[in-house]
Amino acid sequence: MAKLKFLVSTELGRAFKEGHPYDLVIVGAGPAGLTAAVYAARKKLEALLISKDVGGQTLLTSDIENYMGYHYISGKELAAKFEEQVKKYPIDIAVGEEVVSLGRAGEDFALVTASGKEIRARAVIVATGKRSRPLNVPGERELVGRGVSYCAVCDAPLFAGKDVAVIGAGNSGATAVVDLLKIANRIYVVDIMPEWRADPVLVERIGAAGEKVETFFAHEVIRIEGKDRVEGIVIRARGGGDEVKLPLQGVFIEIGLIPNSDLAKGFLELNEAGEIVVDCRCRTSVPGVFAAGDVTNVPEKQVIIAAGEGAKAALSAYAYLIGQRR
Amino acid sequence: MPLLDESVRNEVKREFADLSGAVKLLVFTQEFECDYCAETRSLAEELSELSDRIEVEVHDLLDSKAVAEKYGIDKIPAIVVLGEGDRDYGIRFFGVPAGYEFSSLLEAIKMAASGDSGLSPEAREALKELKNHVHIQVFVTLTCPYCPMAVQLAHRCAVESELVRADMVEASEFPHLAYRYGVYAVPKVVMNERGSFEGALPEKAFVDHLLAAGS
Repeated sequence: MAKLKFLVSTELGRAFKEGHPYDLVIVGAGPAGLTAAVYAARKKLEALLISKDVGGQTLLTSDIENYMGYHYISGKELAAKFEEQVKKYPIDIAVGEEVVSLGRAGEDFALVTASGKEIRARAVIVATGKRSRPLNVPGERELVGRGVSYCAVCDAPLFAGKDVAVIGAGNSGATAVVDLLKIANRIYVVDIMPEWRADPVLVERIGAAGEKVETFFAHEVIRIEGKDRVEGIVIRARGGGDEVKLPLQGVFIEIGLIPNSDLAKGFLELNEAGEIVVDCRCRTSVPGVFAAGDVTNVPEKQVIIAAGEGAKAALSAYAYLIGQRR
Repeated sequence: MPLLDESVRNEVKREFADLSGAVKLLVFTQEFECDYCAETRSLAEELSELSDRIEVEVHDLLDSKAVAEKYGIDKIPAIVVLGEGDRDYGIRFFGVPAGYEFSSLLEAIKMAASGDSGLSPEAREALKELKNHVHIQVFVTLTCPYCPMAVQLAHRCAVESELVRADMVEASEFPHLAYRYGVYAVPKVVMNERGSFEGALPEKAFVDHLLAAGS
């Protein structure tokens, strides 16, 4: 039986002053947003941290072995430590609120939440991160929650003794395989590329599991089959070949991420991938709006990089606000 | 060895510092304890050591049949969270509330102590329109970061309305129920056996589902 862990809180709070002009509103509470919140609070800015959840994608990672200061820490424990640090400062925090639009309101910025509330800010940091990219094959959308999953860490325990596929052989895919090793019966890995793109330490761990894991590299998923729940997937070698049907009960899709930049569309400059374009000071195309972490065009999506960018964005926002006061 | 380490105990003490009323945790287990039954009992006992407002009563599912029936307990481990004067708000936990769900247990205790659901004024108003009993089952895993939002919202609704009972159900401890309700993603919310949906919905959408289930 696995050792039980006990996490005290995932709810920071939900109070904020509607319509009140904050110095700084930070949208998103992953590593970038949480770090920005600490830096903003230390500069005594009147700040609001607003987010759907706390921890962002960190929560979806079971093991983190490359965040300095910790040889090994689970994603949720690291997020909890970030959260604990933010809680020490008196800034307003609204969890469970999603910002759906961002625009100008005179000299300030106006943000509107999904529940229709409006927030005013003199400066904004967008740190909304990324979300899973869908495969876009027949059967996928219909079978979400019926065997198709985008959250291996959440749903893996539901597939005890079952046969599953992990689509994607990058770091997220490899991490999902490692999570599933202890749980599933058989794990197929399918990727369009000819080999693993994950960190070698993960690939070695999977290799040690032996025949439990079978890889189909240079293969693509044609469709996901099943009526009320997933019954199998059909794959084919790239560049032709016969269709192969793999009977299984679960499909974990880990083929990369898309930026949560919808709120900024038409307002901030985005690149082709939909990422918010920032300069080395985290400034976006609109003065007073900054961005940090995975939602930006900064390369390499890592917790430590997002945290660093969050710090930088907060300091840049502070410098901007000081400049405005003059 | 205690389940809760020093730092968690300290945090819980802080959370419980201003409990406004008495809370009783009814723990259901059996002589030959099930998977996680012992842990669930120990967890409740350790929590009661952290606040003099919390009392624990352990019941054997078979020996305390009448009590189990009174609170609708049909599987173990189970915890019923009662408020001041043993008031039953309809808060249930089936399976061990560890991992992310530990925070749901703490929230439930705080809610039962205060008797305040913490729902928005709009949601409180909407729930007055509820006509019939609704039994909410929220299926979770202990590693799901989005699940406590659904569990805590369900428990809030239970505190707000006498017609609502809300269960957290840890899916991997009750595979037969996970199979029966087709739980392949969590959180999965089942209302009155009929309606179900996946994901942690915002308060308004959740309450709308609840009103539809109880109409």
